Amino acid sequence: MKNRGLAFKLILFTLSGTMAVFLSAFAYFYLSSKDSMMKYVEENARNLTHSTAYQIENVLEGVEKVPLNYASLMSARNFEAEDMAQLANRMVSANPEIYGAGIAFEPGALAADAHYFSPYCYRKEGGRLTNVVLGDESYHYFTMDWYQIPKELNRAAWTEPYYDEGGGNMIMASFSVPFYKGQYGEKRFQGVVEADIALHGLQEIVSAIKLYRSGYAFLISRNGVFITHPDSSLVMTNSIFSIAEEKKSDLLRRIGKDMISGGEGLVALESGLLLPTKCRLYYAPLFSIGWSLGIVIPEHELLEGVNRLGRMVILIGLAGVFLMAIILMLIARRITRPLKDLSATTVEIALGNLDTRLPDIQRGDEIGTLARSFEEMRLALKDYIKHLTETTAAKERIESELKIARNIQMSFLPKAFPPLPAKNRMEISARLEPAREIGGDLYDYSLIDDDHLFFAVGDVSDKGIPAALFMAVTKTLLKGIAETGIDPSEILHRCNLELCGNNDSMMFVTVFCGILDLRTGRLKYSNAGHEHPIIVRRDGQPESIPVPEGFLLGVEEQSSYQTMEIGLEPGDKLIVYTDGVTDAVNAAGELYSLANLMTTVRSCASLSAEGIATEILGSVKLFSLGIPQADDITVLALSFTSAKV
Amino acid sequence: MKTVAEVIGVFFFVLAMLGNANADQGGRRVSFVPQWIPQAQFAGYYVALEKGLYEKYGLEVNILRCIPERPSAEWLKKGAADFATMFLSTAIAERARGTRLVNVGQIVSRSSQVLIAKKSSGINSWQDINGKKVGLWGAELSIMPTALFRRYGLQVTVIPQSSTVNLFLRGGVDVVSAMWYNEYHTILDAGVEPEDLVVFHLSDLGFNLPEDGIYCLESTFKKDPQSCCRFVRASLEGWRYAFDHQEEALDIVMKYVNEAKSATNRQHQKWMLEHMREVIDLPESGGYETLLKEEDYKAVAGELIVSGLIGNIPAFSDFLENCAAVNEK
Repeated sequence: MKNRGLAFKLILFTLSGTMAVFLSAFAYFYLSSKDSMMKYVEENARNLTHSTAYQIENVLEGVEKVPLNYASLMSARNFEAEDMAQLANRMVSANPEIYGAGIAFEPGALAADAHYFSPYCYRKEGGRLTNVVLGDESYHYFTMDWYQIPKELNRAAWTEPYYDEGGGNMIMASFSVPFYKGQYGEKRFQGVVEADIALHGLQEIVSAIKLYRSGYAFLISRNGVFITHPDSSLVMTNSIFSIAEEKKSDLLRRIGKDMISGGEGLVALESGLLLPTKCRLYYAPLFSIGWSLGIVIPEHELLEGVNRLGRMVILIGLAGVFLMAIILMLIARRITRPLKDLSATTVEIALGNLDTRLPDIQRGDEIGTLARSFEEMRLALKDYIKHLTETTAAKERIESELKIARNIQMSFLPKAFPPLPAKNRMEISARLEPAREIGGDLYDYSLIDDDHLFFAVGDVSDKGIPAALFMAVTKTLLKGIAETGIDPSEILHRCNLELCGNNDSMMFVTVFCGILDLRTGRLKYSNAGHEHPIIVRRDGQPESIPVPEGFLLGVEEQSSYQTMEIGLEPGDKLIVYTDGVTDAVNAAGELYSLANLMTTVRSCASLSAEGIATEILGSVKLFSLGIPQADDITVLALSFTSAKV
Repeated sequence: MKTVAEVIGVFFFVLAMLGNANADQGGRRVSFVPQWIPQAQFAGYYVALEKGLYEKYGLEVNILRCIPERPSAEWLKKGAADFATMFLSTAIAERARGTRLVNVGQIVSRSSQVLIAKKSSGINSWQDINGKKVGLWGAELSIMPTALFRRYGLQVTVIPQSSTVNLFLRGGVDVVSAMWYNEYHTILDAGVEPEDLVVFHLSDLGFNLPEDGIYCLESTFKKDPQSCCRFVRASLEGWRYAFDHQEEALDIVMKYVNEAKSATNRQHQKWMLEHMREVIDLPESGGYETLLKEEDYKAVAGELIVSGLIGNIPAFSDFLENCAAVNEK
């Protein structure tokens, strides 16, 4: 994932975002349309059930009226046995819904000698009315439901539907109304008036109901037996309870009980109960007869429309997503192709090949800006590198020149003291350590004649080339002037005048110089703003020597300098240094200081001049170890050994 | 209003009589009529026929369809059938009235008769039946319940009961007569819960007497005892097969049920077959342990005398033909 390309990421994130939005919108759409579809169908089923039930009850009530009227007639009036056939005939002929009707009497109720008396009229095939009198040893109507139920219940009742074998294979049901003689507690049951209805008319009403492809309506009797069902083998044989038993469904049995007890409702049923698939059952009672009408709606067919719509939406959605993926891919490629080219080129550039040409991207967007910036960067880098090369060359040249300058500068500082004729009367040694290649410190010593030694230590303001040049001038002047054999103050005075002459750069130099008489040990010296030298007598205690006041050289022509004298005993040592020694700093920022110098001098006082100079320089270097040297360091040590013999 | 059915029934009956007259001469062709419409109560006979067991015993059996209004004894009397099943009480009554029929095999050795009441009618024990309206079937089927009421001193209003239980379901009677294997399940099948009912098994109340047996006329037996006994033996094998192959037996029963357009269903027949098994004791192997016992005979005949349905008890030896004593070869 991390290593996938930009195009992949762009497509992935955009598409998953889009898919998420699409799917949630689809889920909402699907569930809510399913829901409203269900509500619509439920409402429809309710209406259909009610209207069908109403239609059936209408027929039944029409049939009920006939025996009800005739029963009250039988109770109210006295009839002769001969009238009965005509009454039965009238019941059937005047009511086309009635298949057969009759009046059945208790033994002896009408005709005293007749045990059975039940005149009956029915429609024969072809519709012809036929009158018979029922009841004999093999037809005990007294124990038949249509007679016994109203008798025992003392009220009109519908029988369970029964199959009329041979009578045109019809399912019939009978409505019987008991009638009585006598009044006020003395009522005697006389018999029943009954009317039979062939149920095929009602069956047709119910069978006509078709819902979707496999939905259907069914009618069950008071006992739960199917009166109509699309599977005719179930009609009159199976009940909703036998189906429940077969399918081992307690739910179906409960529903059946609710149906036959006049309940109404909508239930969802598992597949395989009333349909091979999941279904909804809506049921409502037929109150007058105690039957129940059920409407079975196959759920998957019900939702077919919604599902089809859902599939279309999914299909359109997927096509949209696919299209979007293609567009995204094109866009991504348009964005990433120049980026790829650019990145390939920048790899080249990163390897240092600054002459690689960047791809020509003529675009106004961020990619174009990026490409242009890269081009500018490449050019700037190229320019910079060129510049850097030149600068480096220049710097190298300067460095080599400086190296040469240093060599030159060092070469005109005196090195070894001998071949001086005064070798065994004194010893002199100096060390100079410039802060950069070349420095502004200077020292010099030379014999003016056999008995006089001239020496000087100076420190030019500033460092580097100007200081070096100024030092060279100062040293040359000092040496030249000193050779005339004049006093040190005069040397400084003249030197100052010379330096002030054309000193536009306003540089200056501090100088200590002295002339030692090797015969007597008398030292004349003068000072121009320089550090006080240190003298170590034979007792080994170092101390600064007093120096005359004198302004530094090169600034003020009117400056005047004095000469002072001290006498040196054999074994005395004089140490002249520049401020590079005392001002050296260590890592903690502390100065080397005069006190430290004194300590160092004391410890090495017994050494030769060369040893002292080396020791002091080593001590300073050790002190400021690791810190870049800030100033030139110069130490000159002079040891007077003996006066001239 | 089954007038048309009635006429057709009589037609079949006459047809059967004629057909049987021819069969008699063949000797191996016999006819059989069960005492009720096709149902699992007679599964053994239908299975024996369909599985070729009668054929195996050298019999060509024609099972006739019973007409409810015409008792099976009548078929024997009129020569319309060679064999018939009957309740023991019915058969004794017929014999006492002079029909010379004999018992050749007692198939159902225990009683399935029950009295059922709804708990809602306030009946929880048999004592509560006192003073209630009780539906009783006609003739011999009412003997045992009547004897029960007599024995326990119960005063009841008897309502003649039809072949349906609708009057009971509507509340027209408090107690209904039923066969455990039949009407009890019919009541459940009309949406009544077992826990809402209270059932009195006559067998639990001291009236555990045999029911269905195979009968033929004495003359039929005398003429060809071997064939008669082979019929019984094959029927018993039919029952054994039916109990061992319940689903297949149900298929066979349903075939006859559908032919008769009987208003019943497979679930009901399944219940019936399962419960027939409880009252039929099949012989271990090939024997005739299903013989009628004399004490059962005496008990039933005694109740018939008491109820006034018969005046004298026919001799047991005349009533029973013991196939175990007949050499079938």
